[in-house]
Amino acid sequence: MPQRQLTGSRIRERRTDLGIKQSELAEKVGISASYLNLIEHNRRRIGGKLLNSLAREMKTDPSSLVEGAETALLDQLREAAAADRAAGAELGRTEDFAGRFTGWSNLVVRQARRINDLETRVKALTDRLAHDPQLATSLHEVISSATSIRSASSILVGEEEVDRDWQRRFHRNIYEDSQRLADASRALVAYLDAPSDEGSVAMSPQEEVEAYLDAQSFHLPYLEGDGTPQHAPTLRSKAASSLLSEFRRVYKEDVQAMPLDDFSASAMELNHDPALLADRFRVSLSAAMRRLATLPVDLGHPEFGLVILDGSGTILIQKQITGFGLPRSAVCPLWPAFRAFTQPMQPIRRDVQLPVEGGGRFRCFAIASPVGPASFDAPPTLEVTMLVRAIAPSGQPADPVGVACRVCSRSGCRTRREPSILNEAPN
Amino acid sequence: MGKRVLVIEDEPNIIEAISFILSRDGWTVHTHADGETANNKIKAMPPDLIILDVMLPGKSGFDILRDLRADGETHEIPVLMLTARGQTRDREMAERLGVTQFMTKPFSNAEVIESVRTLVAD
Repeated sequence: MPQRQLTGSRIRERRTDLGIKQSELAEKVGISASYLNLIEHNRRRIGGKLLNSLAREMKTDPSSLVEGAETALLDQLREAAAADRAAGAELGRTEDFAGRFTGWSNLVVRQARRINDLETRVKALTDRLAHDPQLATSLHEVISSATSIRSASSILVGEEEVDRDWQRRFHRNIYEDSQRLADASRALVAYLDAPSDEGSVAMSPQEEVEAYLDAQSFHLPYLEGDGTPQHAPTLRSKAASSLLSEFRRVYKEDVQAMPLDDFSASAMELNHDPALLADRFRVSLSAAMRRLATLPVDLGHPEFGLVILDGSGTILIQKQITGFGLPRSAVCPLWPAFRAFTQPMQPIRRDVQLPVEGGGRFRCFAIASPVGPASFDAPPTLEVTMLVRAIAPSGQPADPVGVACRVCSRSGCRTRREPSILNEAPN
Repeated sequence: MGKRVLVIEDEPNIIEAISFILSRDGWTVHTHADGETANNKIKAMPPDLIILDVMLPGKSGFDILRDLRADGETHEIPVLMLTARGQTRDREMAERLGVTQFMTKPFSNAEVIESVRTLVAD
């Protein structure tokens, strides 16, 4: 089941499900019926504006029609298999399974994700019990009070005589410690009874922010105008709300420097080249890349992925792009983002090739920039912004990269950290 | 005069109870509530046994124990460590640092007296 055959087939399937004639749909999107027929029979590639138009006419999301959607599903199925190797999933037939049983595949992926979320939550709760300073303080107070009461009361009820002065002191101590115990117990119960913040336990703050931004396709219309935001969403955890607040602040700055209408038109004119756009709007390259990633695809812009990493390689923000399946951790060290770290302030543009047949080619733009003001007393802290855009497969050279070692079939890779669960393919 | 026990603990009512039961048992009890200066106190007047709490202001019982064992003048003093945290890793940490005995709160008076008698054998 070659993946490239799927997009056209999906368009055809969706159209027939809706009962729309081929000629009607073709007319609505401004192409001939014969051309649509070629697309539906996977004899013409499709993307960009036409794909968006077809998706809009058929009231569906463009990503549900494109071939890359299968790549993401396949990666997720392989991840699910990697999490339980003992189950013996037939990895060689993953594509066959996903193609024939898409619903079942989605169920497997959803359940694997759910298991992962629950495991994350259990770990977070365990960590909370072990390390939460508030809980530790409350428990320490309870145990200290109980120790003191037990010791003093044992002295008073023991067989040996205790003189009256000492009796008074221990009675007073028991009274004081019983008060402490009552207060500490109340505090502990209040703490344990507090509404659990399930979202913050199940997700990291970054994941919570990304879940929100993904739902908006990283485009926040309420920040695009000049006025005060009418809608300021809050997230479950304070940490995530704080991160989102910072994201919105930067977004608003980018909007002021690159208003949507002007930037959208310029992006079309300059073929979405981030360096040319940065020059035209007199902004940093990283700002132009961030802005490109927030352009809505329904205005005819291509889909962009975005990754922002700190100096430790930790992903701070990532916007997924169809077909790349950016993981949150254990990412491929061959990404141009990491090359950018070795050449601060030097823009990097590299075409990369994932080990995927008939696709998987992307153009990456990256730059490492210092964060915060320069200081004579401390080295600069770097942050890399990497913009990712799908490009058509070609015979031109491209850097071989992967997504993550575990689901990468590339053999002979000098940067491999762990064995792949896939049969390795030639480099 | 009985043998000297130094109680390093910051809970005054626990100090009072331990001091009372040990004094009544014939021990000379000294107390100290600050972690930061505890090692100086020990070196100034080395006791026959130290009863050491883990959570102390200024310096933890673990750090005090580590410094104690690294110092030739104090490294042989038996230490009975008291802690409200009975987790395995705390116990393992104490053992790695050379604790003589580890006891979790809330303890009984009889346990404390028995341990002190055992650890300071004639």
